[in-house]
Amino acid sequence: MTRSTPAWAEGGDPRYLLGTDNQGRDVLSAILYGSRISLAVGFVSVVLAMAIGIVVGLVSGYFGGMVDAFFMRIADVMLSFPTILVALLISGIARGALPREMHDSAALIVLVFAITITTWVQYARTVRSSTMVERSREYVYAAQLVGRRPFAILFSHILPNVMGPVLVIATINLAMAILIEATLSFLGVGMPPTNPSLGTLIRVGNEYLFSGVWWVVIFPSLTLVALVLAVNLLGDWLRDALNPKLR
Amino acid sequence: MTSSNTPLLSVRDLSICFDTRHGPLRAVDGITFDLAPGEILGMVGESGAGKSLTGTAITGLLERPGRIDRGEIRFEGQRIDTLSAEEMRRLRGRRIGAIFQDPLTSLNPLMTVGQQLIQTIRTHLRLDPGAARKRAIDFLAEVGIPAPEARIDQYPHQFSGGMRQRVVIALALCAEPSLVIADEPTTALDVSIQAQILDLLKRMCRDHGAAVILVTHDMGVIAETADRVAVMYSGRVVEIGPVEKVVRDPRHPYTLGLMQSIPRVGSGVQRLTQIDGAMPRLTDLPPGCAFHPRCPRAFAECRATRPAPLPVEGGHVACHLYQGEPA
Amino acid sequence: MIAFILRRLIQSVLVMLAVALIAFSMFSFIGDPVNSMLPENASTEERQALREQLGLDQPVTVQFTRFVTGAVQGEFGISYRNKRPVSEMIAERLPATLELVLAAAVFALLLGVPMGIYAALHPRGILSNLLNVISLIGISVPTFVTGILLILVFSVWLNWLPSFGRGETVQIGWWSTGFLTVSGLKSLVLPAVMLGLFQVTLIMRLVRAEMMEVLRSDFVRFARARGLTNRAVNFGHALGNTLMPVITIVGLQLGSMIAFAIITETVFQWPGMGLLFIQAVSFADIPVMSAYLVLVALVFVAINMIVDLLYFAIDPRLSVQA
Repeated sequence: MTRSTPAWAEGGDPRYLLGTDNQGRDVLSAILYGSRISLAVGFVSVVLAMAIGIVVGLVSGYFGGMVDAFFMRIADVMLSFPTILVALLISGIARGALPREMHDSAALIVLVFAITITTWVQYARTVRSSTMVERSREYVYAAQLVGRRPFAILFSHILPNVMGPVLVIATINLAMAILIEATLSFLGVGMPPTNPSLGTLIRVGNEYLFSGVWWVVIFPSLTLVALVLAVNLLGDWLRDALNPKLR
Repeated sequence: MTSSNTPLLSVRDLSICFDTRHGPLRAVDGITFDLAPGEILGMVGESGAGKSLTGTAITGLLERPGRIDRGEIRFEGQRIDTLSAEEMRRLRGRRIGAIFQDPLTSLNPLMTVGQQLIQTIRTHLRLDPGAARKRAIDFLAEVGIPAPEARIDQYPHQFSGGMRQRVVIALALCAEPSLVIADEPTTALDVSIQAQILDLLKRMCRDHGAAVILVTHDMGVIAETADRVAVMYSGRVVEIGPVEKVVRDPRHPYTLGLMQSIPRVGSGVQRLTQIDGAMPRLTDLPPGCAFHPRCPRAFAECRATRPAPLPVEGGHVACHLYQGEPA
Repeated sequence: MIAFILRRLIQSVLVMLAVALIAFSMFSFIGDPVNSMLPENASTEERQALREQLGLDQPVTVQFTRFVTGAVQGEFGISYRNKRPVSEMIAERLPATLELVLAAAVFALLLGVPMGIYAALHPRGILSNLLNVISLIGISVPTFVTGILLILVFSVWLNWLPSFGRGETVQIGWWSTGFLTVSGLKSLVLPAVMLGLFQVTLIMRLVRAEMMEVLRSDFVRFARARGLTNRAVNFGHALGNTLMPVITIVGLQLGSMIAFAIITETVFQWPGMGLLFIQAVSFADIPVMSAYLVLVALVFVAINMIVDLLYFAIDPRLSVQA
C-alpha cells in the first residue's frame, strides 16, 4: 500500500497531511506546486493581455478610422462567443500548429497564449472608450500644440489617465484566467500530468474518484475554489480602494 | 366651504418619517386638514415639500423605509391609517382613486386598455365580463375617447399622451371612488392639452361626486381648479384656505413669495420677485419656523419656536406675524 | 415585419460567412493535413492522390467556396483522426448534447425563475438573503468542481445516480433519445444539474433585478393604487414585463450552454458533440473543430433570430410598428 488517507483519517500518516495518491505522492506538495503553476499562468497571461489590450485600445481610440474598425470587429466576433470556447479553439489551433512531441513541453506557453488571446479584448474595449474621451481634453491639445509625437502623447499623457479601470478589469480577469487555465487543464488540453497545475491534479484525481479515494480530487478542487474566491475578493477590495467615490 | 357635518377625509397631525442609516428623517411633520365631499383641495409646494408623500400615505401605498409615525387619517369617519393591507387594498380604487403624473408610464404596455379597465372594474364591482366591458366602454366614451368600442381593444402605445391620461382618469374613476388623489396629473403633458385634461378631471369628479386632492407645484393650476388650497413647505402646511382668499390675499410670507413669482397679464409689475435661497434639506431643518432663513419678515421668535396654525378667515396660517391678531 | 425578418436573415448570413472564414482559415494554421492522415512511409503518389481528393491542390478561393458549399450541405470533410465523414460523427452526437442542454435549461428555468421572483417580492426575507449568498458562492465554484462534487455525493457515496454515459437510448429515426428509458433519465439528472446550476444563479439574479425594477415602475404603482390584488399586480402586471428581457438573456445563454456542455460532457463522459470537440482539440483534428465551430455559430444565430421573433409575438408595441 503506497496510498494513504489524510493524516487525521483512519490509516493516515502524519507525514502526509492531506494523504497521498496511488503512487504515494503527497497531495499537499502536489497542490503547492500546482497552485504555483496556476498562479503563474494567471499572472503572466493577465499581464500580456493587459499589454496587448492597452496598446490596441490606445491606438484604436486615438487614431480611429480603419485601424479602429478592424480591431473592434475582431472584438465583436470574439465577445459573441463564450470565453471558454474561444480559449479551447485557440489552444486547439496552437497545438495543431506545433508538432505532437512538443505538446507537453510547450503546454505552458500554449495556455498563456490562448488565455491572452481570449482576454485582451476587454482591456482594448475599455481603454479605447476612455481614450476617445481623453483625446479631446485640454491637456492632450496642449501636448499636441507643443509638438509631442502621437505615441509620446499616448503613453506618457493618456495612458496614466485610463489605467484605473484597466487595473479593475485585471483583478477580475486574474480570477478568470485561473479558471480558464484550470478548465483547459481539466479538459486535458492544458498542463500535462508530468507538470501539473491545479486543473490537471483535479483531472487526474477524478479518475480515482470511484475507488473511494476522494481526497486526491477534493483537496485540489477546494484549493482552486479558495484561490478563485480569494482573487475575486481581492479584486472587489481593490476596486473599492481605487474608486474614491465609493468611500 | 360647503361641508356637511362629517368631512369625507380628515387628516390630523400626520407625520411621515423615513428610517435611514443616519436615524429617522421626518419628511411630513404634523399636517392637519379636512376635505368635504365633492371638494377640490389643491396642495401646492416645491418638490420635496411632502405633498406627494401625503397623497401616498392617504392611499396606504407608503413604502419602506417610509412610515407614518404620528397622527391619524380618517376617511368617511373610519380610521384608515391602521387598516390591514388587505382592507386598505379593498378601499383603493373602490373608495379612493389615484391619478399619476406620467400617462406614458402609468399603463401596463402589455395589456390592452380594455383589459386594464375590466380588471379594475371586476376587482371592485360584482359584474360579469360583458357588463364590465360595457361599463369600460361607457367610461372611455365619457372621458372623451372617440370610437371607444374599437379603442378598448388597443394597447396603450396606440394612444397619444393626452388620450392616455384620459384613460388613466377613466381607470381611476371606474369603480366610483368618492376621493381621487391626483398627483401632478398634467405636469407631463403638453401645455395645450393641460387645460383640457384639467377640465375633464373637474367634470368627471363633479359628475361622479368625487372629491379631489390635487397635488401640484403649479399655482396657476390650483387657481383655476381648486376650491381650497393648502400650501406646504418643508413637510408642514404653512397656510390653508379658500383659493380666492389665498390667491388674492396671501398671509404667509412664503405664500406671498409664491404669488409674486407667478407672471400675471396686465398686473403692471415689471419684474417677478423670487424667493432667495432654497428649501432646507430634511437633514438640516432650522429650528423654529422652517422658512425663517428665507423670510424677509423674520424676527427673533421665528428662529426660536415653531409657529402653530392660527385660524384666519376661512382657514389657517402658521406664522408668528399673526400671533397677536384676532382670528 | 417581413422586411425585418429579411434584414435579420441577411445579417445572419453575413455572420455565418465570417465564421465560415474563421473555420476555414483554421486549416491553414496547421501543417499539411496529408502528413497527419497518412502513415510516415506513404509514397509520393499516395500523398498526391489524397491531396487531390481533399482538394488541397486548388487555389484558396476555390477551396473556400468548396468549404462553404460543402458546409451548407452539411459536409465538412473527413476527420483526420477517425477517417470518417465529420457530418456523420456530428449527427451521431448531436441528440445527446441537445437533450442535455434542453434538460439543463428546463431545470435552470424551473428553479431560477421562481427563486428570482421570490427574492424580488421579499427583498428583505431571510430566505432571499440565503439565496443571494448561495448564488454568490455558486458563481465562484468552477463548473467541473460542481460536477465532481455531484458525482462524489450522489454516485460514489449515496450510489443513487449513474455518473457517466447516457444509459439506454431509444432510436427514433436518426435521433437517439435518452428521455424514454428509466436509465436514460437517471443518467441525465447529474449532468443536467451540473450544466444548469450556474444558469440557475444567473437567471435568479437576472429575474430578481428585473422584477424589482418593474415593481418600482409607475404602472405597477398605479395598478396597486387601483386596488388590484397583490396576485394580479405581481403576476398579472409585473411578471409579464419582467420576463421580456429575461427571454433574451436565457435565449443567448442557451447558446453558451452548448459551449459549456463541453465541460459537462467531459466530466460525465456524455457522448455528445462537446466530448467529440474536446477530443478533436487534443488531436488537432481540424475538420471536426471547424464543423463544431460552424454548428455552434449556427445555433447562436438561430437562437438570436428566434428570440427577436418571440419579441414580436409577445410585445404588442413591436407588432404594430412593423
